[in-house]
Amino acid sequence: MSNSLGAPVRLCWVIVALLTGHAAFAANSEAGFKASYAAADAAEKQAGLLRNQWLVTEAALTEARKAAEKNDFDQAVAAAKEAEALAKASIYQATSEKAAWKNLEIR
Amino acid sequence: MRVHRWLPHFVGRAGRRLSVRLLSISLAALLLAVAHTAVAADGVDPAKDARAFQDYFFKKFPGVKPDDFANGPYALNEDMRRQWEEKEQFPPYEFSLEAGKELFAKPFANGKHYADCFADQGIGIRQDYPQFDTKSGKVITLELALNRCREANGEKAISYTGDDMAALTAYMAFTSRGKPLNIKIPDDPRALEAYEDGKRYFYTRRGQLNFSCATCHVQNPGERLRAEVLAPALGILNAMPIYRSEWGGMGTTSRRFITCNSQVRGVPLEPQSDEYRDLEYFLSYVSNGLPISGPGSRP
Repeated sequence: MSNSLGAPVRLCWVIVALLTGHAAFAANSEAGFKASYAAADAAEKQAGLLRNQWLVTEAALTEARKAAEKNDFDQAVAAAKEAEALAKASIYQATSEKAAWKNLEIR
Repeated sequence: MRVHRWLPHFVGRAGRRLSVRLLSISLAALLLAVAHTAVAADGVDPAKDARAFQDYFFKKFPGVKPDDFANGPYALNEDMRRQWEEKEQFPPYEFSLEAGKELFAKPFANGKHYADCFADQGIGIRQDYPQFDTKSGKVITLELALNRCREANGEKAISYTGDDMAALTAYMAFTSRGKPLNIKIPDDPRALEAYEDGKRYFYTRRGQLNFSCATCHVQNPGERLRAEVLAPALGILNAMPIYRSEWGGMGTTSRRFITCNSQVRGVPLEPQSDEYRDLEYFLSYVSNGLPISGPGSRP
């Protein structure tokens, strides 16, 4: 019983793995890059409104654009995702510092 | 109900209800007044801030004379001080000073001069900047005032981070050496707000390194950061503009703020942005009484 089901189950896993791999490959297409970059750019713009952008975020965005120009969308998506994470960290910093700065004040 | 007991007997039921209401309103008004007073007491008090700020540094460095804080890291490090004193025999800002004197004296195309834009012909007035302009409701730094002077006389503004601005402010600082900083905060809520905004900027952590200005210049003055000895925040602007060996040239206050932001891996703001102007206002005010020592030189 278990032996007769073993092959179809393994096949299913192979199909799932292939589909997942394909999905991952599809995410790193130009469309995937554009979506990742837009999310990162929006977060960085929000950091800009808070007057707290980071140099590394700007560098990661530039890296993403340059990789996309070379059609290296894996690298472009990775850089855009890094930029988004950095931008969100800078937003968190600016937001938390609205109250936290008082802790450093000389009184 | 208990409140009713001490109301006079001659007051009828309706009167008692009215009295209770009036009492409630009075109590509410009193509570509001107390709350308002608490907000005011907890509000901005620049004079108190300045005392606390100066006391912090005086206690942290009891061997340093108050006026010496205007010399930055040289007040805190004996070796650096000896080198600086020798360097002052032929100071690296001398060329800039000469250039500033010439620029200051050179007439605009309309025949007027920088001197025409300032009190006392612009000589010995550095200690009065930045000022709060009650007309615009903004802080006016010396750098900004110089460019406004140019524009008012039909000239183009010059770069806030460039050599000409450094030279002009170097000359104006030199003519003011020894004069105590005398920054005023007029009785205007916008001035207090600008001061408070500057204070908030000073203490706010920013950049990927999560540093505030205070991280280096309040918590760690006298300590080394790579090859540099960190300057105390007290008197830090008294020596501006400065020749920095690291830059290989002169730098204005604008340039210094921009560099600080970059060093903590933050994107610098525009020169003379409201934030930088307010920061200069705060930092200068809390150093009131300390002498102008600019132009200065730093490693």
